[in-house]
Amino acid sequence: MLTILFDGIAYGMLLFIIAVGLAITLGLMNFINLAHGAFAMVGGYITVVLMNRHGVSFYWCLLIAFLAVGVIGAVLERTLYRRLYSAPHLDQVLFSVGLVFMSIAAAHYFMGGQQQLIQLPPELRGRIEIFGVGVGRYRIFITVFCAVLVVALQLALTRTRFGSQLRAAVDDGRVARGLGINVSVVFALTFALGSGLAGLGGAMGAEVLGLDPNFALKYIVYFLIVVTVGGTSSITGPFLAALLLGIADVAGKYYVPEIGAFIIYGVMVLVLVFRPHGLFAREASR
Amino acid sequence: MSTMSENAGKVSAPVTESVAATQLRRLSAWRAFEIVLWVAAFAAIFLLPSHMLVLTEIAIVALFAISLDLILGYAGIVSLGHGAFFGLGAYAAGIFAKHIYAEPVTGLFVAAAASGIFGFATSFLVLRGSDLTRLMTTLGIALMLAEVANQMAWLTGGADGLSGVMVGPILGLFEFDLWGKTGYIYCLFVLFILTCLARRLVNAPFGLSLKAIKGNPVRAAMVGVPSRRRIVAIYTVAAVYAGIAGALLTHTTSFVSIDVLAFHRSADVLLVLVLGGVGYLYGGIIGAIVFTLLRDWLSVITPQYWMFWIGLVLVIIVVVGRENLGRWHTFLPNSLQERLARVVNWRLGMKLRGEQ
Amino acid sequence: MTAALETRHLVKRFGGFLAADDVSLSVEQGARHALIGPNGAGKTTLINLFTGALKPTSGSVLLDGEDITGLPVEQRVKRGLARTFQVNQLFREFTPLESVVLAVNERKELGGSAWRPLVAHGEAVDEAAALLERFKLSDVMDERTSMLPYGRQRLLEIALAFASKPRVLLLDEPAAGVPEDERHEVLNIVRDLPEDVTVILIEHDMELVFSFADRISVLVSGALFTEGTVTKVSADPRVKAIYLGEDA
Repeated sequence: MLTILFDGIAYGMLLFIIAVGLAITLGLMNFINLAHGAFAMVGGYITVVLMNRHGVSFYWCLLIAFLAVGVIGAVLERTLYRRLYSAPHLDQVLFSVGLVFMSIAAAHYFMGGQQQLIQLPPELRGRIEIFGVGVGRYRIFITVFCAVLVVALQLALTRTRFGSQLRAAVDDGRVARGLGINVSVVFALTFALGSGLAGLGGAMGAEVLGLDPNFALKYIVYFLIVVTVGGTSSITGPFLAALLLGIADVAGKYYVPEIGAFIIYGVMVLVLVFRPHGLFAREASR
Repeated sequence: MSTMSENAGKVSAPVTESVAATQLRRLSAWRAFEIVLWVAAFAAIFLLPSHMLVLTEIAIVALFAISLDLILGYAGIVSLGHGAFFGLGAYAAGIFAKHIYAEPVTGLFVAAAASGIFGFATSFLVLRGSDLTRLMTTLGIALMLAEVANQMAWLTGGADGLSGVMVGPILGLFEFDLWGKTGYIYCLFVLFILTCLARRLVNAPFGLSLKAIKGNPVRAAMVGVPSRRRIVAIYTVAAVYAGIAGALLTHTTSFVSIDVLAFHRSADVLLVLVLGGVGYLYGGIIGAIVFTLLRDWLSVITPQYWMFWIGLVLVIIVVVGRENLGRWHTFLPNSLQERLARVVNWRLGMKLRGEQ
Repeated sequence: MTAALETRHLVKRFGGFLAADDVSLSVEQGARHALIGPNGAGKTTLINLFTGALKPTSGSVLLDGEDITGLPVEQRVKRGLARTFQVNQLFREFTPLESVVLAVNERKELGGSAWRPLVAHGEAVDEAAALLERFKLSDVMDERTSMLPYGRQRLLEIALAFASKPRVLLLDEPAAGVPEDERHEVLNIVRDLPEDVTVILIEHDMELVFSFADRISVLVSGALFTEGTVTKVSADPRVKAIYLGEDA
């Protein structure tokens, strides 16, 4: 029981780290980026290649995945995404679905279709007992690591100059521009940060979520659920939604495997119908 | 007020009236390219006997894409889960043929009813909200349906698919043959009839009101268009169309794979429609031809990686701009352009209008 | 005689902001009633409350004595309430003919008809043609709306509202943005509106208000400040202070 709770929390934390970038692109740029899962997948593959073929330490891999995917995100943002910020949502969807298809085929081409495995460092393997409950060490690592990240993100958003510029740009891009904030640069940096976090999450999640070319498509639904249920007006909303989803998914697969996924999709649809701005969003003010 | 407008009508109507009527008549007149397209499609029965299977597939995809065009191109409703209705129709037809009655046309009606009811019920969920909520709601519904089909293996065959579907002769008269000729003729007839019906629908006041809702919802309400009712109606019709397309797939393959409900169906049909152009019905057909041929060609050159090229096509379409795609002919020399436009837009001796 | 349009204690609150503050307004049948007030006085909010685009926090709206507070926009239109928008709200991809045919169809309850083509509904077509003639749009009825000069678009804006045969017509700055040389055409149309149609004019241009309206209501900070005949309001020094101070 408690094991499931722990697994669920770790899983939720992972979902949040990956999905937070999606929440930001949606909230800030009003861009529906269905290719977000592909960024996470790239992070996962970078880790696999570096660890298994070049023997790089797992921790370095996490950092490299974060930076590399962040750079990829920044390049794509500058070259392609920014052209589509004001495009119709249909175009954004088509564009990002196209990217997803390309990434899936590319992953097939370079890495093959099989599940990729990584060997975690010895100190992260196995279980330890907490209050008499067996909990995987790696799950604890994920939970602690992500919790620190969440706090850091929250602080960065509320305490730093960049954070306040970002919030200003989210609230009203035009006003922010008028205040002399370089919205375009803020967008690019934020996009890079969001992509990087997805890459980091993908790297950490390779062991938990599994990694094969269909990753980009399989999990995007979960990331979207986190964002739509949590809303895009804060990062606490998606965070709570991710935890809920993580716990519900793990518990659902354990207790009611037949209808677990069904319930999750059903809850999402209900939330969308009754709280279109997300479960944790304040009523949109006009 | 009524007296004044009636007076105005009496004074000026005779001249203007006929002009207005002519201009409206032109909107719904058959155009040259439509006639050519249908003649070619029917001629293919005799001219391309060895390509019946791929032609059948094109017809089915075309019908599916037309159904998406009805909601996306006319009412402006984006959907990432239109495959739900396709899959539901496919399963309904399969289960009906397997357990109840093997005659396919009856099966079409059953599939249409099943998808239509489901479409009507879920239409209320897409009435409100932004594009994003609509995308997610439709996607969520499609995923739920796929999950249901997967879990109800006793009925649907689950992940193995529904096999053992025996499809009887059409109307008890025409047996499906090995080369797919009957299948193609069957699909083509259904496609033709449903396209003609859709044509009437979009050229009638109903279609105009849909375009109004898409074009400017605020003003549409302000001239008295009951948007909610219209969206429910067209969403249901589109679901019926998609369900029939799914049923055609079942009837021509005698099998239902869980794949009919997969996400990529919904994504592919979007691509098909965008390739052919949104909002004039024939985009679905033209897109289906281009898409199917493109995919077959790509999967011959790069058997495993054709998905990459399809993805690339999508990205390029968007980056170049969908509206520019329809303007490829502007790169042609002027004289050729004019001739082309005249041919394509010819309709009962009327002057052309730059549209699409 | 019942008022053509009446509001009772209409209140609209956005969060802590009071956009309509206990507005009780009565517009007589066939009146030429102007609604004026400085920017941000709540004129647009009030119109949106009339048409149903916004739901009031409390209070009610009556059309010809019937309570329409709970009705959605399109049903209010069917009951004879139409408006034009300050910034054109047109079907840019339609031709003027299609736009007007649409409006006429909806009024005639033909909008749901899905079998016979537009041209087959002859009466609606005739009526649309007559309307286009009346609003001097016949020569451009086959052109794409977005390509028309602004003045013409402005005429179409009014024609669309008029096509639903309103008993009460709300004109939101009908001449706004129209170049000087096309202006008189729009104003002539406004002046020639049939007498039995009640017209409520929201306007900044005082000259137009004084020449057109017989009664004026002044709105300040969401509340009704004063109301009366043109002579009375135009002579009111407080109105001058508020209005000219803000906007002259």
